[in-house]
This record gives sequence, structure tokens and C-alpha cells, in this order.
Amino acid sequence: MTAHIVLENVEKRFGPKHVLRGLTVSVAKGRSLVVIGGSGTGKSVMLKCILGIIRPDSGKISVGGQNAVGLRGAERDQYLSRFGMLFQGSALFDSLPVWENVAFGLTHGRNMARGRAKDIAIEKLAQVGLGADVGALYPAELSGGMQKRVALARAIAADPEIIFFDEPTTGLDPIMADVINDLIVDCVKRLGATTISITHDMASARKIADDIAMIYRGQIIWSGPANTIDRSGNDYVDQFIHGRADGPIKMDVLKA
Amino acid sequence: MNPLAPLGRLVLGFLAETGRIALFTRDALLQGLTPRYYLRQIALQFFRIGYTSLPVVALTAFFTGGALALQIYLGSSRFNAESLVASIVALGITRELGPVLAGLMVSGRVGASIAAELGTMRVTEQIDALVTLSANPQKYLVGPRLLAAVISLPLLVAIGDTIGIFGGYMVGTHSLGFNEYAYLKNTADFLKLDDVTSGLIKAAVFGFIIALMGCYHGFNSKGGAQGVGRATTNAVVSSAILILAANFVLTSLLFGD
Ligand SMILES: Nc1ncnc2c1ncn2[C@@H]1O[C@H](COP(=O)(O)OP(=O)(O)OP(=O)(O)O)[C@@H](O)[C@H]1O
Ligand SMILES: [Mg+2]
Repeated sequence: MTAHIVLENVEKRFGPKHVLRGLTVSVAKGRSLVVIGGSGTGKSVMLKCILGIIRPDSGKISVGGQNAVGLRGAERDQYLSRFGMLFQGSALFDSLPVWENVAFGLTHGRNMARGRAKDIAIEKLAQVGLGADVGALYPAELSGGMQKRVALARAIAADPEIIFFDEPTTGLDPIMADVINDLIVDCVKRLGATTISITHDMASARKIADDIAMIYRGQIIWSGPANTIDRSGNDYVDQFIHGRADGPIKMDVLKA
Repeated sequence: MNPLAPLGRLVLGFLAETGRIALFTRDALLQGLTPRYYLRQIALQFFRIGYTSLPVVALTAFFTGGALALQIYLGSSRFNAESLVASIVALGITRELGPVLAGLMVSGRVGASIAAELGTMRVTEQIDALVTLSANPQKYLVGPRLLAAVISLPLLVAIGDTIGIFGGYMVGTHSLGFNEYAYLKNTADFLKLDDVTSGLIKAAVFGFIIALMGCYHGFNSKGGAQGVGRATTNAVVSSAILILAANFVLTSLLFGD
């Protein structure tokens, strides 16, 4: 098993705020890594660094052996075409109907004809349990759960080799959350993709993870196979997975 | 504390902002206006920026032309020079008021809506989503808006000029007692092609300023609804000031000697 995505000592500051502090993590090809950790610990920033949306101050990021920092132009397009991303807030284009959202990477990124892209979009919508009629609606007309599903369909539309899911189940009812979990597991199996998912939801983490890593203050403080999380022997991890207010993790309630 | 510190901070802030705008402009020109072109977006922006601004520009021009005719009549009658009304209205509209007022009105309408739309896209991560879907935001969002504004504004101003002169004509012939034929002849005899083209050149520059400021402030907005509101205000204020400043510079360049 070879490492597909590797981050080494990645540092990122926003002004005085030190968000990533030497973050090191890797994901093997075809594996599903779930990253857990408190709010504001830099999970979304980590994904954006890999995607090149945020440029890290220092450290190495490589994907499939290729350096990923500071790419430009055609090289960057080529790099990004390997990824699908489900954003934390869905980030659907509200000026476009659902099917054009799903087809966007095909029509605008890859120059596919609209007719063909629409067929693929409808097919992907079906895979996430949405009918063709939903394709004509606008994102604002959908419930939060449906928006997440559309965002999921958009993330997998171009059959990417790597997919990131940023809090795919946050804000959904437990049943819908489980539906999304199943969809993720299903999609990943079908595509054989390498994935990184971020979640606060331990039920979701257990369901979709091969491996779990916990991030705290911009560093990975524990990682291991998903089935060893209950025997991590790490107080931080134990506190997080049991959701206890008392423990080594002190919420900076006043500072936040 | 050093009493000059706040002043220094202000100057540094201004220089930093100028630098950021310069870099954004470079990206907009090098990436936004080069292939590939998203034709649907370009067409949509022509509709939104050009076509839907027509009523505002037309009404502004019409009333300005009318008011100008009245004022010039009142002023020139002190020197028994009433015959100049038609030609001065035409000059005033085509050289200055047509482009400047259209620019200001459009910056209020279009500049604000560009900043609000792109600002919302920024804070809801839609611009990041564009990037991950391999669509360059400069090409998809900025380029079409710049192109549409730079081409639409001269067209709007050309229409506005005509309507403004017509406004002056209506006031001149209906309430100031000018002969209809003489008014039109005066307008046509005095107006030179340069007067019109100089105004249209100004309009193109103003269009560029409006779209650029809308995009720049929208792209750089942060922090939710409040941030988007601030971006919108900044876009309108900065484009209005830049339009007035650019107008002064262009007037001295175009008519300087
Ligand atoms: N573009 C940015 N500019 C400035 N600060 C930022 C930016 N993006 C993120 N931050 C800051 O970095 C920190 C980490 O943010 P991030 O979004 O990665 O948190 P997170 O771990 O995803 O949290 P959550 O679980 O709440 O989504 C936060 O304090 C945030 O304010
Ligand atoms: Mg996050």
C-alpha cells in the first residue's frame, strides 16, 4: 500500500493566529481517512491547503508523488481535476439549477457538451437518491439534506480519484445523516477513490473510516485504524469520542 | 504614543490597498480576458449590466438635459446669449454629464450588485468551489463582467446622450419658446464628432472601473452578511470616487490642448 496523499510539517498562520502547526498525515491509496477534532482546529484549512485554495506557509504536500504546493495554470487545472470536494456549507452555485451544479465540472472544467453532461448529472443525482425532476430546481428550493446530496453528486460527478468530504452530515437528522454515510461508502467503493472526510459525528466516523486521525491545535495527535479508536490510550481522543466537557482538552470558551 | 502613527497607518493602508488592486487588475486582464471564454456568462452579463441599466440611464439623461437647458437659458439670458442654449446643452451632455452621470448611476446599480453577488459567493465558498471544479474564477466571473461593462457603458451613454439632448429640446421648444428647427440646427452645427467620441471613451473607462471595483470588493469580502454589506458599500464609493477622478484626468488629456 503506497501513500497517496502526504502532508509533512505543514504550517499555516492567519496573521497572529497559528492554525496549522507542523501537521503531518498521510493517506494510502484507496483508503478512507476520517479526521476528527474540535471546531476551529484547522480541519477545513488542511483540506484547502491540499487543494491549493490556501497556500501553506511552509511544509510539503504531495499527491501521488507530485508536489502540490504553488501550482499554476494548466498544471493546476490538471491537478485539481483529480479531486472532488464536498464543502462544509455545500457551496452550491445558487444562480444555477441543480443539474448544472452537478454537471459544472464537466461542462466548465472539461468542456463536455451540455447534453451529455446533463445525462451524467441526472445519473449522479439518481445515485444519491434524487429524481430527475430535482435537476430543474434551484439550490435555494431544496432542504439542507437535499443540498448535501446534490453537493455529494457534484463532488463525484467527474469520477475523481480523490474525494474530500467536509462535515457531510453536520446539521442533518440522524436518519438522513446515515443515508449520507451510506451514500459516501457506496460512492467510494464504486469509484475506488482515496478519501479524506472531516466530521464531528462519531457514528459517521465509524461508518465511513478505514483510518481515523485526530487533530488538535493544528497537529495530528493520534492516528490509527478505525477499529482501534476505542483502545487508543490517548486521553484527548477518549475525551473527544465520548464528548466529555472534562479532560485534557480545554475549550477556550472565553477566547473563542 | 507618536501622534503621527495614525497618519502613517492610514498612508500604509492606502498603499497596501492600491497594491492589492493593481495585482487584482493584472490577474483580471491576464486571466479574465484571455481564453477560455464562457459565452453564456458573457451574454448574461451584457443583459444584466447593459440592458437592465437602460431605464435608469435614460431617465437620468432626460431630466438632466431638461434642467441643463433651463439653467443655461437663465444664465445666458443675462448676456442676451440665449441662442447658445442648444449648443451648450449638447456639449455639456456629450462631453461631461452624459458619461459621468451614467457612470455614477450604473456604479450604484451594477457595481453594488456585482459586489453583493460575488461577495456572497466568496463567503459561502462558491468561489472556492469554482476552483475545485477547474473553472478559473477570473475567467468565469471577472472577465465576463469587465467585458460587458466596458462595451455596454459607451452604448448606454450614446443612447443617454441622445435622450439628454432630446430632454433639452423638449424644455427649449415647449417652455423656453425656441423654434424647433432652429434648436435642432444649432445642436447639429456646433456638435463635433470629437465631443461625442471623447464622452464614449470616458464611458468605456468608467465601465472598467465599475466592474473592476465590484469584482475586487466582492472577491475580498469576508465574514458573512456584514462583510458582504461592507463590500457593496466600498464598491460603490470607490468606483464613484475613481470615476470622478478619472473624469478629471481624461478631460484634461482629451481636451487639454
Ligand atoms: N481565510 C481565512 N482567513 C483567516 N482566518 C481563517 C481563514 N480560514 C480559516 N481561518 C481560521 O482558521 C481557524 C481554523 O479554521 P477551520 O475552518 O479550518 O476550522 P475547522 O477545524 O474546520 O472548524 P469547524 O469544525 O468548526 O469547521 C479558525 O480559527 C478560522 O478563523
Ligand atoms: Mg471546517
